[in-house]
Amino acid sequence: MSSVSIRDLTVAFGSTRVLNGLSLDVQAGEFIVLLGPSGCGKSTLLNAVAGLLDVADGQVWIGERNVTWHEPKDRGIAMVFQSYALYPRMNVRNNMAFGLRMAKTPKAEIEERVTRAAELLQISHLLDRRPDQLSGGQRQRVAIGRALVRDAHVFLFDEPLSNLDAQLRNELRVEIKKLHQKIDTTTMIYVTHDQIEALTLADRIVVMKDQKIQQMGTPDEIYLHPANLFVAGFVGSPQMNFFEGELTGGPGGAAFKSGELHLPLDGYNFNSAPVTGQRLTLGIRPEHISITENGPWQGFKTELVETHGADNLIWVGGHNHSLRLRQPGDCKPALGSPLTLAPDMSHISLFDTQTSMRI
Amino acid sequence: MTMMQASGRRPSRISAGTIGIYAFLLIAAVFFLLPAWIMLMTSLKPMEEIRLGNILMWPNAVTFEPWIRAWSEACTGLDCRGVSVGFWNSVRILIPSLILSIAAGAVTGYALSFWRVRGANVMFGLLLLGAFIPYQVFLYPLVRIFAVTGIYNSFACIVLVHVIFGLPIMTLLFRNYYASLPVELFKAARVDGGGFWSIFIRIILPMSTPILIVATILQVTGIWNDFLFGLTFAGRDNLPMTVQLNNIVSSRQGESQYNTEMAATILTAMIPLAVYFISGRWFVRGIASGAVKG
Ligand SMILES: Nc1ncnc2c1ncn2[C@@H]1O[C@H](COP(=O)(O)OP(=O)(O)OP(=O)(O)O)[C@@H](O)[C@H]1O
Ligand SMILES: [Mg+2]
Repeated sequence: MSSVSIRDLTVAFGSTRVLNGLSLDVQAGEFIVLLGPSGCGKSTLLNAVAGLLDVADGQVWIGERNVTWHEPKDRGIAMVFQSYALYPRMNVRNNMAFGLRMAKTPKAEIEERVTRAAELLQISHLLDRRPDQLSGGQRQRVAIGRALVRDAHVFLFDEPLSNLDAQLRNELRVEIKKLHQKIDTTTMIYVTHDQIEALTLADRIVVMKDQKIQQMGTPDEIYLHPANLFVAGFVGSPQMNFFEGELTGGPGGAAFKSGELHLPLDGYNFNSAPVTGQRLTLGIRPEHISITENGPWQGFKTELVETHGADNLIWVGGHNHSLRLRQPGDCKPALGSPLTLAPDMSHISLFDTQTSMRI
Repeated sequence: MTMMQASGRRPSRISAGTIGIYAFLLIAAVFFLLPAWIMLMTSLKPMEEIRLGNILMWPNAVTFEPWIRAWSEACTGLDCRGVSVGFWNSVRILIPSLILSIAAGAVTGYALSFWRVRGANVMFGLLLLGAFIPYQVFLYPLVRIFAVTGIYNSFACIVLVHVIFGLPIMTLLFRNYYASLPVELFKAARVDGGGFWSIFIRIILPMSTPILIVATILQVTGIWNDFLFGLTFAGRDNLPMTVQLNNIVSSRQGESQYNTEMAATILTAMIPLAVYFISGRWFVRGIASGAVKG
């Protein structure tokens, strides 16, 4: 069991700083997913934890040890790469055994560990093949197997599934999750820009943007209580609906007003005391708006219905807004038909338009 | 009138362009093959027939006498042991120079592309510069250095010179090839606990076959065809085949033995020719994969 602690980490390529004083604590046995758009520094962070690039400042702790200056092999980590990175001239068995050989593990033990990992990943029948004789999914299994035999305390995954097709991705995602449940003493740090992967795999998600951590929390926290506008918009597909408006006071309490749209805010859990007249952005997920007879929002029209199978995505317009609703698959309002909408008040998010932070 | 439906293989048409290309290729082939043909024919003729002219003609009486003489009896000055002496000298020079220069280039290229060596870029720049300075500039200083250290005019000296002068191009070749390999492979090996040499020998080298072949072709031809270094650094006892061939052809005692000289020339060119014929396919593949370009 090893926790991972990244303390004020700065990584620079030449004069450009890619990470600037970043701190992150991962508990032992936790499954952490780093989620963020391309170029936000996820791989850089992972490589720094692995010891594959020099840090300019700060420390990396794994377990009780400061490993900032340790060689990758001495950090008790294993890593799985997006491009699999299997050694092309070695068969699967030797690929998996390479690390153990380098560590001068006794032959019998190597054999035993490789066999065990191969069984766990169902690749026993592939042990004598070379990587170019395997399919993409099989290759990634081998790559995971190669990490597995090393009995590392910390697993680092750098977008391991993004070279696979959708179906395989789903399959392997489940297997990685199961794997973590089997070896729950292992800490996992998993990089992806696929939010579904993040939401399904993670114990906690770390959302990054522009080399900074935007929010860290459980999938539910990230999804239901996004800390700022970026997280709200980045996580969730179809995207959250946003309305820009302002806070109005009144006899009935605080309310949100955007043009003709009006929404009383009693029951909303404010992070900070709101000020009347403050510019606000209201965010509501598509599944948190229902179509009813007597909702507060009238005068919307159906513009488009996207059929997704289990549910339908309905685009509606009105009052200079266009929004998306997610409705059960049997809900197919005719185009142009008028709709009355009711937002689910327990699931709305309010952001300060200026700072973009949740209030 | 019935229209022909387009179906199956498209009929080939001979256009003016195609004819032009073939004509050009034909002329180029003749241009390069003609001298080779003349050499071969001359080497197979007795001197009487050569005196008649007709240099393009197939010999009336084919004789291998000139080949045997060229190999074992042709004279350079008073020494009449044929080009075989030079041949074996060249082989003795070639093998260690080849192995050492490729090994040095491969290791340097590997270090430069995968390991963050401090000052790697500066070093690589210097190496490149070295590749573009004319050899002649280095000759005299090197002669002096070797004379002082006492290895001048020796077998070790000529091997060392070939390794030194092969290093820039070999390094460039291997560095570029290794730069095209995915760096994640190297990272995976580092996490697996591989060190400088174990990663090189167990992972990188086994993937280097194409570039090793290209390097071998370049070096075999370069070292075998070398004249200047051999003449300058090898010493009298180790003169390579090219130098000896020159001595044979230019030693004038009575009538020139054209047939023997031609045979000696063909013998000298045999190794590079064989290398091209055997591995030309690989060479083209190496170039196509971007291994040779700078
Ligand atoms: N070797 C390098 N030299 C200079 N800049 C680099 C280097 N490697 C990465 N960067 C920069 O650092 C930033 C972060 O890169 P990083 O690879 O960590 O992104 P990422 O979050 O993994 O993106 P992706 O999802 O596309 O893999 C990028 O802006 C990139 O341009
Ligand atoms: Mg990345």
